[in-house]
Amino acid sequence: MSSDLYKGYRGPALEALKRFGVGVWYDVEIDSTRGTFQGIILPRSETADDEHIVLKLHNGYNVGLAVGTIEAVAEHGRREAHYKIPEKAFPFDPAKPNVKLLGTGGTIASRLDYRTGAVIPAFTPGELYGSVPELADICNLDTEKLYGVFSENMGPEQWRGTAEAIGREIAGGIDGIVIGHGTDTMHHTAAILSFMVQNSPVPIVMVGSQRSSDRPSSDAALNLIHATRTAAHSDFAEVMVCMFGPTSDQYGLLHRGTRVRKMHSSYRSTFRTIGDIPLAMVDRERFIPLRDDIKPRRRDRDVTVNTSFDDRVSIVYYYPNMKPDIIDSLIDNGYKGIVIAGTGLGHVNKPLYPSLKRARDEGIHVYMTVQTLWGYVQMYVYDTGRDMMDLGVIPGQNMLPEVAYVKLGWALGQTGDAEEVRRIMLTPIAGEITEREPHNGYLIYQGGIPEVEEFISRFKK
Amino acid sequence: MSEYRTIDEMTLEDYQAIGLRSGLEIHQQLDTQKKLFCRCPVRPYSDHFDAEILRHMRPTLSELGEYDGTALMEFKTKKNIVYQINKETVCTYEMDDTPPFELNRQALDIALEITMLLGCKLVSEVHIARKQYLDGSIPTGFQRTTILGVDGSIPYGDRTIGIIQLGLEEDACREITDKGHDRVYRTDRLGIPLIETVTCPDMRTPREVADVAQIIRRLTRSTGKVRTGIGRTRQDVNVSVEGGRRVEIKGVPRIKQIPLLVHNEALRQVALLEIMRELASRQITGESFRYETREITDLLRSTQYYPVATAIKCGLEVHAVVLRGYRRILSRKTQPETTFAREISDRVRVIACLDTLPNIAHSDGEGETFSSAEWTKIKKHSGMGEKDVVVVVWGGPDDARTAVREIAIRAKEALEGVPDETRQALPDGTNGFERILPGPNRMYPDTDLPPIAITEEHIERVRAGLPERPWERRARYEKLGLHPVMAGRLSISPLKDLFDTAVERTSYDPASIASLLLDRLPRLVRRGALPGWSGERCIDTIAAASGAGLPPEVLEVLIERTCGPEGAAAGEAVSSWKVLESGELERRMTRFLRSIEMPGLDESRLRRYLTGRLAGEFRGHISDRDASAFVGAHLAGGGAPGKGR
Repeated sequence: MSSDLYKGYRGPALEALKRFGVGVWYDVEIDSTRGTFQGIILPRSETADDEHIVLKLHNGYNVGLAVGTIEAVAEHGRREAHYKIPEKAFPFDPAKPNVKLLGTGGTIASRLDYRTGAVIPAFTPGELYGSVPELADICNLDTEKLYGVFSENMGPEQWRGTAEAIGREIAGGIDGIVIGHGTDTMHHTAAILSFMVQNSPVPIVMVGSQRSSDRPSSDAALNLIHATRTAAHSDFAEVMVCMFGPTSDQYGLLHRGTRVRKMHSSYRSTFRTIGDIPLAMVDRERFIPLRDDIKPRRRDRDVTVNTSFDDRVSIVYYYPNMKPDIIDSLIDNGYKGIVIAGTGLGHVNKPLYPSLKRARDEGIHVYMTVQTLWGYVQMYVYDTGRDMMDLGVIPGQNMLPEVAYVKLGWALGQTGDAEEVRRIMLTPIAGEITEREPHNGYLIYQGGIPEVEEFISRFKK
Repeated sequence: MSEYRTIDEMTLEDYQAIGLRSGLEIHQQLDTQKKLFCRCPVRPYSDHFDAEILRHMRPTLSELGEYDGTALMEFKTKKNIVYQINKETVCTYEMDDTPPFELNRQALDIALEITMLLGCKLVSEVHIARKQYLDGSIPTGFQRTTILGVDGSIPYGDRTIGIIQLGLEEDACREITDKGHDRVYRTDRLGIPLIETVTCPDMRTPREVADVAQIIRRLTRSTGKVRTGIGRTRQDVNVSVEGGRRVEIKGVPRIKQIPLLVHNEALRQVALLEIMRELASRQITGESFRYETREITDLLRSTQYYPVATAIKCGLEVHAVVLRGYRRILSRKTQPETTFAREISDRVRVIACLDTLPNIAHSDGEGETFSSAEWTKIKKHSGMGEKDVVVVVWGGPDDARTAVREIAIRAKEALEGVPDETRQALPDGTNGFERILPGPNRMYPDTDLPPIAITEEHIERVRAGLPERPWERRARYEKLGLHPVMAGRLSISPLKDLFDTAVERTSYDPASIASLLLDRLPRLVRRGALPGWSGERCIDTIAAASGAGLPPEVLEVLIERTCGPEGAAAGEAVSSWKVLESGELERRMTRFLRSIEMPGLDESRLRRYLTGRLAGEFRGHISDRDASAFVGAHLAGGGAPGKGR
């Protein structure tokens, strides 16, 4: 109780609250050397300093008062906030498909956390219906909160748990699955789920938001509508990421789980398919498939779930003048697999060679990918590439570095045999390696060029 | 119902009798190089744009867990919001695709300065809040805003006007069009640092509101750090009368528009309160309020009433809403040329997006709408009774449904008198519905930025640079012997510091320096006679003239030489000036007056005419006042009976 009464306050600010016999949610009048202020004492963010008390003035603004300036506090009762997303029973319609939303974190629907000043997700079907009522027109929705972590804290344990949950839902007859996920590592999870859950008969759609749902302009609601529609009604039985196509509220893109990457730290349209084109476009009314090799939805329940994973794997992002001790330290620390994101076609400098040789000799699996993200590894063009292959470095074709990383962990979870690992790594399972790169798989329009500017001005971004 | 009275017919006592109270929220852009939360430059507004973005807004919960009324209203309107983006003035921050950068410190210091000038109590820690605006005027759906101080005051005559608070915030987009479900904004204004000064509702008449707006404008301008020009300062005016509610009239661009707007809003509230009492006398209450609605499209397929005939041709629906017991309420006057029906029509226009006018017809005002046969059918079919009114509305199915609900909502609100609304100022001094008045529930802490502590050292640094407040300056100038009007003008003039320096450094009479700076030099500037103008040159000239003991009337001529095309050095201008010995001057002046051909004018006009000619001829040698006296003596002494006389 006492921690709630002084939520977030410490040091001098906590002392002051105690001295004046007040706490969080007290309606007070504070006399300070800078004047008198009236309002409600709010909890303080734990990351903020311990010198100020936060007051919500009656006009709705918050201000901080330095404890050193406070002379007297008069109390006029307490007014605790009851923060609740309006909850309404999610309607059930036997004619509509059943969709399961698995929560891992992220801010699909959220409320403010005073402790950290950040937003924490709200999630039950009733809460979701309260904030995005359109969902009831799409499907019957059930939710299960698997985890509540920021996406950077997702790891093998959560990947396994999510894959198993998907397997259970499919076995239980679900028509589609939506996975709520923080966006930062959504593409890592999408990739590993593509390997751990194979041959799904139903859509598995990952979704998140770039603007949290406590903002009126949030992309959360529309992303959720797109994802839920895809899970409920699309014919696409793959692991996909569903996020904004443009920054405008227009349509979402469905990206294949192994070819997608977060490409901007904050844009809504941050997810892009790399080295290929997305599967389809989705909006409130339509699906527009962009390719003809999308795996179709099936009635059977024949899914394969394989959650093996060995986490002694690392990515090394090569930079000029890298010293061999980087590789050595991985070897010394017992790593079994290394994915290198090399320069250009897949290169590192000569000083690393002895360490690469040592890695090979100690049975460590080393795969090469490209930090250019677009394009294939090609280690025959230059002698240096051939030298590296002689040292046991295996070209990872056009696998994205993060995809190669999770796939190597997944492969090593199944076998330690170099040949078998190599077979798993180089056999395409879910589009992570493609035979050909289409000409429109690499399009980064350069702003400023007249025809690009004309294109931008003609189509909403 | 009481007669509508014009603003000129109303006295302070009349306004006090209806209990008028009015306050201001003044928005003033600050003159910073960059915007408040990003590094975009502040540029003049431009009609050019490079790209467009489409967004929709959804309501979210407030920090205290409640939805805001305005937010829900805006959600009902389902607008497509398009932002036009100019790459020179907008980055990904304004597009809401990049988190905010640190708050602009230059803006913070200017705002703190003005907070101090208003005598506000300063907060110790600035918390950035998000104030929700679901109309789309800000792409994030909220305005980042802060409070820097509360509880200040400014003098007004022998009273003081309270200042509730001063906030620093980012400016919003400019609305370009709003038609049907599409609203277009231009984003160049977005993000410019803005202060909002909120006064207490201490003003008692419409003119007082304008006076106080003027005082605050002068105060902010006295810093020399605010933007001026169209749209750089905007006033929101809060108005209430006894028994009414606070209504906010938004975005009044010019102070001189304020009095009529306040007056009309006060009388609108009086009229709404009379309607409330009338409805109460008819025993209609919140519980007993009834309305019925029917679709009557088929009934009107052959109507000649153009708006509805067109609507039906376009496949729209027509609905009738019967308001039980509301007969003759819609035709009651609420503003000049306007009846209560307009209150309903406004809501239908804004909330149901039915913005082609007329958008309703009603049985209290049948003329020039449907034929009387059609009205008979409408009344019969909709089940209208003798004490009722029927309102007809037309639109697409969704919009018509929203409209029907909104008609009933607004009619029911009449039982409470004045609804909580923000209203838009119209050019003719009346106002129209804009949106439901937002409450504190739309405030939300901004989790993207940490609080900023305002230390004592920071406060002292800003305080050290505070300009003198205009009213303090004015009092000081009056003490120097300036006429109160002159003192007032000078206290807000850009040349006020030049005046202080001139008074300090020279022996000239303050009144002649004031008249030089306020009247004579601006006239020369307007004529383009001072291309080399600088404050420094001007002061140097005045000081040199003072040092040489020249009389004040010579200053104008000397400054014309130093700051004019000739660009003479101050010393040279002064030393080359030939002072005429007084006997010589008088002789020449007398000769000059005699040489003038006298026009046929009456005594006083003649004297003014001659004074003008004389002062012009002997510029620099004689003051206007001395010239006038000389002419007077000349005429009285029978000197120079001109040929015209």
